Parts: sequence; structure tokens; C-alpha cells
Amino acid sequence: MSVAEKLRGLLLSTPAAGAGGRTGTWRVYRPVVNYSKCTKCGLCWLYCPENVIDWLEDKNVRINYDYCKGCGICADVCPVKAIDMVREGVV
Amino acid sequence: MTGQISLAKQVKKVLVGDHAVAEAVKLARVNVISAYPITPQTLIVERISEMIERGELKADYIRVESEFAALATVYGAAAGGARAFTATSSHGLFYMYEMLWWAAASRVPLVMAVVTRVLGPPWNIHDEHSDLLAIRDSGWIIGMAQNVQEAFDMTLTAFKISEDEKVLLPVAIGLDGFILSHTAEPLDIPSQEDVGSWLPPRNPRIPYTIEPGGEPITMGNLPKNDVYHALLKKYMDESMENAKKVIAEVYDEYGKLTGRNYGPLTECYRCSDAKYIAVSMGAWSGDIMGAIERLRDEGYPVGLLRIRYLRPFPEEDITAWINGAKGVIVFDRDYSAGLGGVLASEISGFIPSNVSFEGVLAGLGGFDVSPDEFRGIIKEFIDKTEREGPIKIRKYWYIPKVEG
Amino acid sequence: MVTMTELHKYGTRKFIMPGTAACPGCPLQVGMRQLAMALDGKFVMVIPAGCSSIIPGTAPYTTYTVPVLHVPFASSPAVASGIVRAVRQRGNEGPVVVWAGDGATADIGFATLSGAAYRNEDILYIMADNEAYMNTGIQASGTTPWMAWTTTSPRGKTEDKKDVALIMLMHKVPYVATASIAYPMDFIDKVRRAMQVKGFRFIHLHAPCPPGWKMDDAYTIRAARLAVETGAWILWEYNQGKLTISPPSIPFKDRARRKPLEEYLKIQGRFAHLKPEDIKLMEEKIDRQWDLILKLAEIYK
Repeated sequence: MSVAEKLRGLLLSTPAAGAGGRTGTWRVYRPVVNYSKCTKCGLCWLYCPENVIDWLEDKNVRINYDYCKGCGICADVCPVKAIDMVREGVV
Repeated sequence: MTGQISLAKQVKKVLVGDHAVAEAVKLARVNVISAYPITPQTLIVERISEMIERGELKADYIRVESEFAALATVYGAAAGGARAFTATSSHGLFYMYEMLWWAAASRVPLVMAVVTRVLGPPWNIHDEHSDLLAIRDSGWIIGMAQNVQEAFDMTLTAFKISEDEKVLLPVAIGLDGFILSHTAEPLDIPSQEDVGSWLPPRNPRIPYTIEPGGEPITMGNLPKNDVYHALLKKYMDESMENAKKVIAEVYDEYGKLTGRNYGPLTECYRCSDAKYIAVSMGAWSGDIMGAIERLRDEGYPVGLLRIRYLRPFPEEDITAWINGAKGVIVFDRDYSAGLGGVLASEISGFIPSNVSFEGVLAGLGGFDVSPDEFRGIIKEFIDKTEREGPIKIRKYWYIPKVEG
Repeated sequence: MVTMTELHKYGTRKFIMPGTAACPGCPLQVGMRQLAMALDGKFVMVIPAGCSSIIPGTAPYTTYTVPVLHVPFASSPAVASGIVRAVRQRGNEGPVVVWAGDGATADIGFATLSGAAYRNEDILYIMADNEAYMNTGIQASGTTPWMAWTTTSPRGKTEDKKDVALIMLMHKVPYVATASIAYPMDFIDKVRRAMQVKGFRFIHLHAPCPPGWKMDDAYTIRAARLAVETGAWILWEYNQGKLTISPPSIPFKDRARRKPLEEYLKIQGRFAHLKPEDIKLMEEKIDRQWDLILKLAEIYK
């Protein structure tokens, strides 16, 4: 391997999900979308610090719980309070 | 290795050391230059600015607000794929100390001229090697010139060495403040055309480039495991070892290009039949050679081992040259507080116990040492060894009497 | 003017890869996503020491999807100057962005910032201001507000907030603006307008930090919004000779229309020790800042 190649993965990094770990395990509360209330405005997608919310083609939203940290920003910014923060482990 | 190299057309000029370095920067077609003025480096940056203004060199000259910014800027330029250069001295070098380590471990090629100068207080613009030697742990390849021709040659070859795929480490070339930087000597300068065919433009992709639209790589975020970092240091060490061979290859080619053949890492003057070896770096090596001549006339079997590159440390050269010697005397124009001379401390480990050894601290603060004074110090060392057997003097402070 | 309809095209695009090492509720990635949307994900970043050095996670991976150079704390404007010169020489006109915190910008990197600004280097500098040295554990910085608790100002900071944006204005650079992550359309428009300008462009982005401000993780955007609605954070823009108050801040020129400052302060534990007379003084400082900005808007008409 050349010197330049040896630097890859040590000095040089490439983009990947979970570079900070399996951050979904950090959660104490999980955001649950009440789709009957959701107006598909996309604000939760816009403000998510973890980029785990997808604002799909049809404007529905989908949360990736592998990495969601449960910060609650999505619930706080939702103009119609369509997202509930539910305690993890509680059925 | 470049293809067939033939002897270049050369022009003889008379230049001060700083201007010779500027000339080399011009011929290397450096893309980005950034430096902060500090005596005795100022002539380098002024000449480069003039060259750019006159259109002789097409480059960006960035007028920065400090040496720290100067190195940061040329480092950025190198990370952005350009060939870059800076120059500094003593206090300025220390102001960029943090960036020196960062630049080296980032593995981007860079060249820096260090015009050696005493550190204060008290304020002093005269020559000492302590500043250049203080960066020897940083990962920079470190060379030092003996005369203006060599200052030019070492600056030019520095780009080829630094950018070599097997090296990818920044190179610092030292030249003695005022003694070389502001002293005019004749030198031969190869033509731009001939230099251009030997030294092509930098390949920005080696080892990587940070550019808009480029590969989405991140340089420098935390390693998942500290062992990664240890590995990187080991790779740096391997590159330093590679550098020994690369430096030899580059000077071999350079010899074909210019007719000037240097011992790549070290040169030994009258060592083949020497029983005593003096060791030094830099301009005063010329004065020590004068002393050697006189001692030889008096029958003393002595030679001078001149270190051209201190990093990578020329271990093999040193052990080979001192093999069989009765005594080694090292001249340090520097002082590592609490220990003694840096060269002496780095070399003493290679001196067998039955070999005489002396580390001389001289020229500190920039005072001149004449060939006759060198002769006196070396003679005393040899005489003492001959009389008493091997001696070990780690610190011999040579401080002449001051008039008035 | 950007709209949510336009931004919808980025609905499934990951400008930052999920699973970062940021604290839950971190404002920095909110801001960086907005920056990336403004630039269509095509730029490089120079990132000095700070939270954003750690947020990307560990090698061999990173959360960032553009080329990034991590650099020493005080060096980012200088390094960016070098990068931009190098890539422009090769005919690459793409954006070179410095993404730096308040520590790196207002304090340790102040000299290199001033140098790059006065040389009018063609870089976009975003100071993501979470108002303290957060990465090292919430110590006071030059932009920490007066009276804020930090670990090095436990009784409340005695110095005032350093106004870096106005200092940049006095460097006579072509573009300076303040922005807030709670006003993404305003921020994105500002980035896009800045990209129409060549030279040194500076945006001071307000980025409330839940752990550092002793605030609920969910209140990041709420705090940023209240900062503007109480008048504590003024959104303004200077573009090549004209300084204007930005639309979201216009209503709050009028003292009477500002929400009571307590609403902004009470959700932040770092201001919990404030007495009524401190709050009054703070309101006076806010009035004086408004006065200053409005007068500057008159000067730079």
C-alpha cells in the first residue's frame, strides 16, 4: 500500500451513518407521529438535528429510530402538536 | 525517477542567501507563498513579492498577520492541492509551532526556509541554530545549508523530496542568519526550462485534496481507537526512513542536472583516513574545514562530518563515519537547556564507551568563531585524548574573553 | 426567496449522516443542514477545534458529506485563505466555507479572522454561536452574554458580549449578517445572497445549546425564536453598502411588540440566578443594541 492509501480510514474518513455510534440507544423518550393530526408541513424534518426524519415525496414523515436521540425538538416545533414524546420501555 | 536527465544550462549569479532561496522558489514555480517578515528572513519574502509583481513568478502571495497565519495559510494551500512555501526565523518559527506538528501529521507536502536566529530575551538578531533544532520532533524533514549555493540547491530539491509519494512530509531548510542570508556568494543557477523538466508541477491528488466538488473526505476527526493514531505515527516513521532513500535519489538526479554532487544526508571532509572526527551543521562548517586543513598540516589525522539533514536522523552515515575513530568532537551552535548541545546529545548515543567524546557549545548568541579558534578547541581535545585516553565531556562551553 | 416547497426536494437527502456524536437537541447540525440546503450540498468546510470537531464521530467514518479539513483552533480563517487561493488557481470557483464556533472566532482565532477579513479572502465564514466554549465543558467565551452562568463565570459573566459581526462590518467586507437557526428561510436566503458576492462574507448564526444553557433538549428552536421575539437577538444584513433589519426582526424594532425578556430567560438555567434589576439592565442593553443597529441602518442606506 502506498503512503497515501495507508492514510485512508486513519487520517481520512468517509461519510457513513452512525459515525457517532448507534445513537438510537441514547433515547429516553421516542417521538411518535400522530398521522391523523399531521399536516405534512415538514417542519419536523427541517429542524431535526440528527437528520433522522424523512420528508417523503408525498410529504408524509418517517422517523429512523436507529439514530433518533429523542431530543424532542420535532415535538416542540410541530405547529399542531402531532408528535408525542413517549417514554421508552413503556408499552 | 524522472526520465533521462542531462546537464542543465546554468547562469552564474552573485546573490545573498535569502535571494538565492527566493530564486529557488521561483524556479520551483511555487503556487502559493505566505510569510510574515522577521529579520533575517525578510529579504526572501521581499524578493518573492518583487518577482510576482514583475510577472516572473505566477503565484499568490498572501500578506498575513502573523507567522502562525503564514504556516496555516500555506498548509491550507497544500491541502487544497497547491505547491506552497513559507519562510521564517526564531520567534516566528516558534509562533507557528502548533501548526508545524499539524502540517506534518496531515502529510501534505510543504517547504519552509528557516533563517536561523537567536531567541530572546535579550533581543538578538544574530545566528544560532536553536530555533531550527527545536522543531526536530515535529515530523518535518530538516536540512541545513553550508553556503549560498547549497541554500539554493536544498530549497529546490526540497519540493521534490516533500512531494515524493513515499515521503509526503514537509521539509525545512535552514540557512544561517546574516552569515548566509545576507552574505553574497557566487552560485550557479539552472534554467527554468531545465528545472521544469526535472521538477514537474505538483500532483494535487497526492495524497489527497480538499476541494469543492472533490471527494467527500474528512481529514482529522477523532480515531475510533487510539491504536489508529499510533499506526499513523509508525507510518510517519516509515516515511522518514523512505526519505533517506528518496533524498539520495533526488540528489543523484540533481547531480546529473547541475553537476553538483552532494553526499545526500551527510558529507565527510577528509574522513577516509581520519582518526578524529569533528561534527557540525551549517555555515561554520566551512570555518571548521579551514581548521581541519591547518591541523592536517600539523599532522593531526582529523576530518569533518557535516550533517546536511538532521531529520531523518542519518544514523547509518554517522555510525559508518565514526567507526574506528579514536575521538569525536561535536560543535553545537545551540543549547538545549539542562542538557547541552542538541547534536552532541543526539550523537553521543552512537559513541562507543572507549571512544573519546566532547560536545562543544560555541557561537551561542551569534558570536563568531574563527578557524583558528576551532583549531585550538579541536587540538586541545585530540591532545588530551592522546595523553589521557578516552575522555567524555558532554558540555564544553567555549566562551571567548570580551574586550572592555 | 426560498420556500418549504423548494426545500421539499431535500426531503430524503442526508446532508449530514444520522448518528452523530452531538448532544441531543444540538443546534449545530440544524444550522449545518440549513447551510447545506442553501449551497445544494456543494462546498468544502474548514472546521477549527470545537463541538463540530467531535460531532462527526470517529474515523474511519464521519457524518459530514462534503470535503472537510479539521484544523487547529486559531487557524481556520488562515487555512481557508490558503485553500481558496489553491483551488481558485485551478479554476475551481466552488464555495470554501469556514464553520467555526464562537471560541474559535471571537477569541483564539480573532487575529486570523481579522487577517482574512481585511484581505477580503473569498470565503464564507459562519460563526455558529452557542455562546460559550461548549466542547470543553461550558466555559465563558467572548460571546457569552452578560450575566450568563458558565463554569468559569459561576456567579454570572461580568463582561459583555463581544459583537463580532459589527467588528467584521468595520473591516469593510462586502457581506455581514446575523442569522438564527429558528429562522431557516432567512438564513438560507442570506447564505444564497452571500454567495452572489465575492470576497469575505460573514454570518453570525445564533445556535442555542441545551446542555450549555441548562435548557430542555427540546427547546433549542424555541430558545432561538424567543431570542428574536424578545429583541435579544437582532436579525440584520449588510450587503455591499446597505444595512437592513431582516423581516423576522422588523416587528421587534418597536419595544412594545417585543415579548417580555423573562420568557427567553426563564427557560435557560444559565440565567436562573438573575434578579429583577439584572433583567432590567439587560433590557437596557438590548435597547441600546437596537439603537445602534438602527442608526447603522440609517448610515448604510
